Amino acid sequence: MNELQFLTWVRGPGLDIAVGIFLLGVVWRLFEIYTLGRKKDLAAPRHAAGASGLHTVFRRSIPPPGGVKRSPVSYIGGYTFHIGLAIVVFGFAPHILLVKNLTGLSWPGLPSQFVDLAAVITMAAMVVVLVDRINKPVKRFLSTFGDWFAWAVTFLPVLTGWLAVQHLLLPYTTMLALHILSVEILLIVLPFTKLFHAFTLFGSRWYNGKVNGQRGVPV
Amino acid sequence: MSASLEKGINALKQVIDAPIASYFSSCVHCGLCADACLFYTETGDPKYTPIHKLEPLRRVYEQEYTLLGRLKKVVGLSKPVTDDELDQWQELVYDSCTMCGRCSMVCPVGNDIVYMVRKFREGMAASGHVPDGIKGATKRTVEIGGPMGLKWPAVANVIRKAEEATGFAIPVDKEGADYLVLLSSMEIVNFPEYLEALAKIFNKAGISFTLASDAFEATNAGIQIGNSDIAKVIVSRIVDAAEKLKVKNVLSPECGHAYMAIRWEGPNLIGRPFTFNVVHVLELLDNLRQKGVLKMKGTFKDPLILHDPCQIVRRGGVLNAPEPLIRQVAENYIPIVDKQKWNWCCGGGGGASAIHTDEAEALRAKVFGIKKRQIEEAGVKTVVTFCANCRIVMEEAIDHYEMDTQLLGLTELLAEHLED
Repeated sequence: MNELQFLTWVRGPGLDIAVGIFLLGVVWRLFEIYTLGRKKDLAAPRHAAGASGLHTVFRRSIPPPGGVKRSPVSYIGGYTFHIGLAIVVFGFAPHILLVKNLTGLSWPGLPSQFVDLAAVITMAAMVVVLVDRINKPVKRFLSTFGDWFAWAVTFLPVLTGWLAVQHLLLPYTTMLALHILSVEILLIVLPFTKLFHAFTLFGSRWYNGKVNGQRGVPV
Repeated sequence: MSASLEKGINALKQVIDAPIASYFSSCVHCGLCADACLFYTETGDPKYTPIHKLEPLRRVYEQEYTLLGRLKKVVGLSKPVTDDELDQWQELVYDSCTMCGRCSMVCPVGNDIVYMVRKFREGMAASGHVPDGIKGATKRTVEIGGPMGLKWPAVANVIRKAEEATGFAIPVDKEGADYLVLLSSMEIVNFPEYLEALAKIFNKAGISFTLASDAFEATNAGIQIGNSDIAKVIVSRIVDAAEKLKVKNVLSPECGHAYMAIRWEGPNLIGRPFTFNVVHVLELLDNLRQKGVLKMKGTFKDPLILHDPCQIVRRGGVLNAPEPLIRQVAENYIPIVDKQKWNWCCGGGGGASAIHTDEAEALRAKVFGIKKRQIEEAGVKTVVTFCANCRIVMEEAIDHYEMDTQLLGLTELLAEHLED
């Protein structure tokens, strides 16, 4: 298989397989989690302003009082790479074109230099949070293979995508094929790793907000 | 009831619901919950990271309720939860977790960690991995009536003394009263002033009340140990008495987990809503304050801070009553930085104060460090609280550190300054 055949494969059958597993995986995992159900709370509710599931879904995006000061790397690094990923994934014109071809949906792209800068900042932030995971006793203690793996499969698409655009290290065609392959790996593992928090965090926040909202506590 | 690993694992399987599945699926191991836990902040030991305290529960979830986990189990790639492991976790789930719920406030993905600890304890209790101190308290509550083994004559004695001190009659088993007053054993033994305070306030406000000779104990060791069957038996005593006496309200005392037990867990334990309201004593007092009934003849002059008990405030939702009440009676109330729903635990909630091993007591003294700093930074010699357990835990720590600090109950402080 030469590099062009490789690229053709990852763009064709490879992408179909990855997107298929991703979609089935997401649906299965959501089903597996949320069909477990829960018991109705029979205690008479106390109503209070700001205490509900929906409030907590939004409120939890904001750090708690003193949080940033206590764990600056977690919060600032975390925000930076999450926002950076969103810019790179959804703001880069070729990505939008791909989505348009697949679904027909389209939106305006961001200037490529801006996306380029976002990619560099994202990678820098990800390296910083990785170093923090190695250095901080709590994070190191909690870390399992899944954490290092999830970091790697998230980092590789950004790195290979950036290298491809910059025409660095490998010929463009090869790097682009590697970039697409790395994204496919990410899609396949996402439903079955901690990366699935991208889907469940809304449910988690909502449950927490709901249970405590019943008691009149905005959490 | 005999305990076994099998029963424990079955109990864990039973408690796992959609929220727990969602929480475990969302955790990214960021470790931010550690910063919210006084057992971590005061020791610096990563094993006290709240989410880590749930590791056996997480594995049962993964192995029983996820496709990948079940596959791993079939091919022998997963590590089963063992008796030895649960034995190791006993310290993490009881000694070093007071179920204060501060971790549930900070998790960025929204995990309600304390919700899971409460459920995990069901499995720990069923598998027999429970500290002797809590086991004893539970046994006494079931067999005798209260965690300290008190019987009605002891309560009757306190009632008689309160009647003598106040000059008011304290009714017992009176039908149709506005309020059924519950006490905690801690109050009966250590702080009998609470009942005197209530008698004064009720008479002043013209509210009828009663005690029930077959349901005076408000605490619920079943909840602390994590056994819903026992918790149900204990809470049913109160429900039966309240319904038999046809009271409109049940008054939960200055005790944290008693409020949690009767107000929030109670209806869920018995499987139906109550026919009466459960009111925390501070809610009643704040209501009387707003009506202008709670007039003070003088104020407390010394500077003081307020300690908000976790189960009443952060986890119980009595958020707004305490501050106006303390301002009503105290001239120099100093608000602390982490107050109300952000307050730090006394270190002895959730049954921890019933554990009397050397290790548990040393740990309790150590984690009091955060409270000690709050007291010292505010520069006060008085701490007011509204939970008898917080109060006794803090008094022990204050003795331990030989601090010159006094603890006062809020209801009692208000009663002392009430206009005659």
